[in-house]
Amino acid sequence: MAILEVKNIHKSFGKEQVLKGIDLSLEKGEVLAIIGSSGSGKTTLLRCINFLERADKGEICVNSQVIFDAQREKKYTEAEIRRSRLNFGLVFQQFNLFPQYTVHRNLTLAAEMLEAKGLKGEDKKRVLSEIASRADKLLEQVGLSEKKGAYPVELSGGQQQRVAIARALMLSPQILCFDEPTSALDPELTGEVLRVIENLRGDDRTMIVVTHEMEFARKVATRVIFMADGVIEEEGDPEEVFTNPKSEKLRSFLSSSLEKF
Amino acid sequence: MSFLEVTQWLLEGFSTTLLLFAFTLILSLPLGLVLMFGTTTKFWPVKILTRAFVYIIRGTPLMLQLMVVYYIPGIVFHYSVLKWPIFGGNVPLAQFCCALFTFVMNYACYFSEIYRGGIQSIPKGQYEAGQVLGMTKSQVFFKVILLQVVKNILAPVSNETITLVKDTALANIIAVTEIIFFAERALNLHNIIWPMFYTGVFYLGFNALLTFIFNRLERKLSYIRS
Ligand SMILES: Nc1ncnc2c1ncn2[C@@H]1O[C@H](COP(=O)(O)OP(=O)(O)O)[C@@H](O)[C@H]1O
Ligand SMILES: [Mg+2]
Repeated sequence: MAILEVKNIHKSFGKEQVLKGIDLSLEKGEVLAIIGSSGSGKTTLLRCINFLERADKGEICVNSQVIFDAQREKKYTEAEIRRSRLNFGLVFQQFNLFPQYTVHRNLTLAAEMLEAKGLKGEDKKRVLSEIASRADKLLEQVGLSEKKGAYPVELSGGQQQRVAIARALMLSPQILCFDEPTSALDPELTGEVLRVIENLRGDDRTMIVVTHEMEFARKVATRVIFMADGVIEEEGDPEEVFTNPKSEKLRSFLSSSLEKF
Repeated sequence: MSFLEVTQWLLEGFSTTLLLFAFTLILSLPLGLVLMFGTTTKFWPVKILTRAFVYIIRGTPLMLQLMVVYYIPGIVFHYSVLKWPIFGGNVPLAQFCCALFTFVMNYACYFSEIYRGGIQSIPKGQYEAGQVLGMTKSQVFFKVILLQVVKNILAPVSNETITLVKDTALANIIAVTEIIFFAERALNLHNIIWPMFYTGVFYLGFNALLTFIFNRLERKLSYIRS
């Protein structure tokens, strides 16, 4: 059974049609890499899935339940969208950590608001300490236990992105999305972040990774999608896509990205 | 006049200066927020009106605004502010209130622009990061955005505040008995000029205090850096 189904997603900004009918389906534990040249609509697709943009047309289903249908008469309320969002986590290119909070607080803030809401006394204490220890564990997992009291600005870009990944994991999303998680990093810092993502695979996590790191996509992904001009131009398992590209667009994209990286 | 007598006069004037300063600050800081909502709303009639208001107030001298508020009711409606029943014939009170009203309007406009800049300077990614973590819009605003805005606007707000201390002297032209008013009186009645320079000590002392407070606040928030 598919954990995520995206059906015929369309999205325009003004006159510009950015997504022209995207279909994809993911099984639990799959790691989907999305590649494609800049402007092909990769970010917009992730943003539609995470409801930072509303698709103009199409459906999004999680575990066979329709959580978004652009055709629905009634407008989705803020609360509905918020609930649907919790199926997903999103790691941004620019990290977007909260600068006024310590690393640890960056992790616990949202979880406390969701899980300790309305609780009092002992119950609240128990939930808060459970959240705090969950944050500790995740920081350990991304190798940043000793930075828990630091502020984001005191960290390197790679460390910030690892914190952002831990933060996204705090709410145990079913599907974790990454939008070019290493594109804002100096080349020598990309490795540590990619390793963290790679290690998540072991926990049977379903992930969607938009990336320009072809080596990484080839090694970590279970499936690769190549987007061009708002459509999925080609898809398949990594070996097939990278060694035996069918379309002319993918061939030229791959050869140009080999030159660059 | 002895130094002590002059000091007493000036202190009396300076207490009025401080009252005008404090009331202006207390009222214009929140009013600036209201104006900011007006200038950023999607409801265009309100937006146009508030933007025009802010534009006019920021584009004309405060002294002119004081004179308009003080004299126009008398000239146009033949109903001098001094005779308004709410002031119960208390002329100094009427003058003080005219000055206060003008200052509040003027500073609210400046503060509204500072707030607007402060909010617009927060990257969109901060809102989005909060949203994808399941926060409500108000949680995002209060837990993620607000403190960053406060930190961003602290320096311009402290600048305006220090300017306000000095601007209170303008109330003199509508006969508010602030500190310069008393120095002038000393000049006129006793032919001594030095009290005028002496007023500078009061302004400097008070601004030193404000600078100290704002510096401490800024240091307190200095850990926030994006
Ligand atoms: N909020 C927006 N408003 C207008 N145009 C946008 C917006 N977001 C993206 N676009 C446009 O959509 C196209 C695809 O952008 P994007 O999804 O960011 O591509 P990619 O991530 O593949 O580089 C670009 O041409 C971009 O200019
Ligand atoms: Mg992008």
